[in-house]
Amino acid sequence: MAVLSTNQALTRVGYSDTQIASGLFCVALVLTVLQYSGLLPSWLHRIPEEWVPPFAVWLDAAFIFIREDLQLEKLTRWFAEGPLQFMLDTTANLLYGKRRWPRFEQIPWSAIAASAAVLGYYLGGWRLALLAGGTFVWTALIGQWKDAMETMSVLIVAAPLAFLIGLLVGIAAWKYTWVDRAVRPVLSVLQTLPFFTYLLPAVIFFKVGPTAGAVATIIYAVPPMILMTTLGLKKVSPEVIEAGKMSGCSRWQMLRHVYVPAARNEILVGVNQVIMLCLAMVVLTAFIGMPGLGAKLLAMMGSFKLGRSFEIGVTIVLLAVTLDRLSKAWVVKLPEHFERGTRWWVRHKYALTALAVFVFFTVLGQFVGWFAEIGRRESFSQGKEIDTAIKTFLAFDIVQGITGQIRYVLNVWVLNPFRDFLLSIPTFGFILIVIAGALAIGGRRPALYATVFFGLVALSGWWDRSVITLYSVISAVIIATLIGLPIGIMAARSEKWSRRVLLACDTAQTFPSFIYLIPAIMLFGITATSVVMSILIFAMVPLIRYTVEGLRGVPLEMTEAADMSGATRRQKLWSVQLPLALPTMAVGFNQAIMFAFFMVIIAAFIGTQDLGQELQKTLAGTDLGKNFVLGFCVALMALTFDMAILSWAEKKKAQLGL
Amino acid sequence: MTSETPVISCKNVWKIFGQDPEGYLSKLPPGRTFDDIRADGYIAGVRDVSIEVSRGEMLVIMGLSGSGKSTLVRCFSRLHEITGGTIEVDGQDIMALPEKELIELRRNKMGMVFQNFGLLPHRTVLENVAFPLEMRGQDKHERRDRALEVIKLVGLERREEYFPRELSGGQQQRVGIARSLAIEPDIWFLDEPFSALDPLIRREMQDEFLRLQEMLGKTIVFITHDFDEALRLADRIAIMKDGAVEQCGTPDNIVLNPATEYVRKFTEEIDKANVVHARILTDMSATGEGAPVEASATIHALAKLLVNDTRDMIPVVDNGKAIGAMPRKAALDILVGAD
Repeated sequence: MAVLSTNQALTRVGYSDTQIASGLFCVALVLTVLQYSGLLPSWLHRIPEEWVPPFAVWLDAAFIFIREDLQLEKLTRWFAEGPLQFMLDTTANLLYGKRRWPRFEQIPWSAIAASAAVLGYYLGGWRLALLAGGTFVWTALIGQWKDAMETMSVLIVAAPLAFLIGLLVGIAAWKYTWVDRAVRPVLSVLQTLPFFTYLLPAVIFFKVGPTAGAVATIIYAVPPMILMTTLGLKKVSPEVIEAGKMSGCSRWQMLRHVYVPAARNEILVGVNQVIMLCLAMVVLTAFIGMPGLGAKLLAMMGSFKLGRSFEIGVTIVLLAVTLDRLSKAWVVKLPEHFERGTRWWVRHKYALTALAVFVFFTVLGQFVGWFAEIGRRESFSQGKEIDTAIKTFLAFDIVQGITGQIRYVLNVWVLNPFRDFLLSIPTFGFILIVIAGALAIGGRRPALYATVFFGLVALSGWWDRSVITLYSVISAVIIATLIGLPIGIMAARSEKWSRRVLLACDTAQTFPSFIYLIPAIMLFGITATSVVMSILIFAMVPLIRYTVEGLRGVPLEMTEAADMSGATRRQKLWSVQLPLALPTMAVGFNQAIMFAFFMVIIAAFIGTQDLGQELQKTLAGTDLGKNFVLGFCVALMALTFDMAILSWAEKKKAQLGL
Repeated sequence: MTSETPVISCKNVWKIFGQDPEGYLSKLPPGRTFDDIRADGYIAGVRDVSIEVSRGEMLVIMGLSGSGKSTLVRCFSRLHEITGGTIEVDGQDIMALPEKELIELRRNKMGMVFQNFGLLPHRTVLENVAFPLEMRGQDKHERRDRALEVIKLVGLERREEYFPRELSGGQQQRVGIARSLAIEPDIWFLDEPFSALDPLIRREMQDEFLRLQEMLGKTIVFITHDFDEALRLADRIAIMKDGAVEQCGTPDNIVLNPATEYVRKFTEEIDKANVVHARILTDMSATGEGAPVEASATIHALAKLLVNDTRDMIPVVDNGKAIGAMPRKAALDILVGAD
């Protein structure tokens, strides 16, 4: 009844969402025109400095209260210097011989590579064995073993902790609605918060170096684990639950023996995501001085050593793909029975083989040093040669002509004018346009959030930088759409190409985001174009992926019905496939925007004038308040898009009955 | 069919789903139909059901999907909390039991078989069957022995180490049956146990089930949407519609005297001669002459005799004792399907 009466009230007022949206847009237009004709008072163009509340100061006060008055810092420092440091030292000793207490000897690289190959074989046959073993052999031979193991030593500590925390919080959120309600908004903010905002608090509370890196990594990787755990527990079939109850399980027994094992698949998918996010983040912690592959890559790219960058990139990619494939194979791997009376060494043959090769290579390493450690001199790194090759290639007239042309056209004709135009729009006009967009796409709730969120951004005092951030995101996503959509549509035409493209996208998505900087910098140097390019490549992946999935997901009967109605390919595409695939494609579009927001911050490394740049600067100091204000500006803008697009996709899906 | 105190006795049981079921039920005026309740925003899963199950009896609850039969059986084991009425199991009000005693009751007295088997995917056949024993903390060797015993009983020897997904549907349900029998329950609930199986396998499993029941003699509540299955297995059938019991009686009784139009529709399709026994047609006060027939014989089994005989009244004996006579015309009417 309540719903009915509000509906009536709305019809009495008589403006539809579209009409209101157009109205808001017109006001924005008038404001902009006034600005151009110089008639707009300056306080309407930009919010005057004195109106901006000192958010950063307030936040700083709050942090100081938490750190010093609540003495939280003591607790976190204790944790960082005690248990966490101990775990990190242990793994560091084992993996690359850091030689700190507790002293363990370094494990020879050959032993790790061989055991990884056995694990790969157990999980997925020869191909995975080759991938897993090959990755470690490559890493050792190319002379990056120490860097890679520095990265892994943090990963090995961070991933299990993130898994544990995620699992426990996930169970709590599933069990108690109030936890769920409290956790959900935090998760959506965490998932849009730029990673620089994770890093600084980590440094302040957990001191510089591996400990802070591990903490930031854990926080970054926990959200999907929580979501997957809750999802998996909710999906356990009611009959299995009832069977457990009728077997007389107590509550603890239900959780331990019924719910968690029955949710195995979702939980393991969560594990996969935790591992991948951990890897991505560990690489990024290079920005706070975490040694490892990321730091090496950062240094090499900074000095424009493309050959070495390329090699490190390959190592990171190989590690990512290996970890991803192994953990995914674990999801798929289901237990198989042994006939009764099977001997124990047959039952555990893989574990025994792994142990055997491990012991063998460890012993071998004692006698033949090469199997234990490959020194810098002995490595097969071709850094210099590749560097020369790439630079020669880039110096070819035709290559230089093309990249130069692209750079020129994009910069002069597209990017700069677009940026200047966006900056010229008065703040209020800009916000009105965003609200109008959110209203037209998502409806009233997203529009309300857009008002609050962009209002806050305007009041943050970082409006211009926010607009520049937004400009990079929007232009990159538009170009990505122009390129990605046709690729997706073409690929979706045939089963074979769909599979190939999806595989490529899946693989590309496992790469840590940092990697995407390499080709952009290679081709376009350190310029604004390469910022957009790196975002573009990164954002295109989900776009293509969801386009293919959406188009392939159109029910077969519908395309058959279109065929039987005599539709041409084009007609079928436009009137059947695209409309039905649109909600899925919108999800991809949304993810592209989220990825772009993520990447634009990393691109600060190349040199930008946006929020990311400011964020990166804060890392050097202890300016936590400013860091958070900047981070929240990014998160709020991203969330506005996220809410509008997803609510559109959901409405559309409901309409189509999907 | 022995009659002491009933094993399960439920009186005026209601199960309503919705915002505030208790509050709604307390204000519910008598005579509201299922659709009225739905219009109020509530779903009546079980509507004022009173039913008793005696020791050793097989009660089949029959109804189409959404008729509330599965809900009712879940009320018996308190998988659902009922909204109104009382349910007693062995004279004990199960709604009053604290959680601990309820768990004890399930661990020692009740077994349940599910439509989609409800097997734990990460456990082998042996571990699934031993699961209830493990839950009540039985010693490892003891539960292994017992589990192997039941696995043998349902004919799954040499499959102990398999995982559920490595088995066919019929085999999986055998595991489900074995698990429910592992604790030697007094009361056995079967929720459409054979519905997810192929027709051929279903028939085989029904035979198997009858064989088991003959051996074990449990008190059974069996749910099905298949009227033929109900007739084949039941001592007594309760037919449900919209959460209420339309009619409850022996198969003969339901076939011969359907209480409502709804029940009659089910009986129309079936061959009554296969269901009706000589006993129910017997006139206790009458006597007949010549060779008698057995009370437990179906009319179908007597077909040849009925057609060739000329007597009006045929004497009926039960275990060699004369109990009366059956009018031949009534039996012939059933045979040819005349009403």
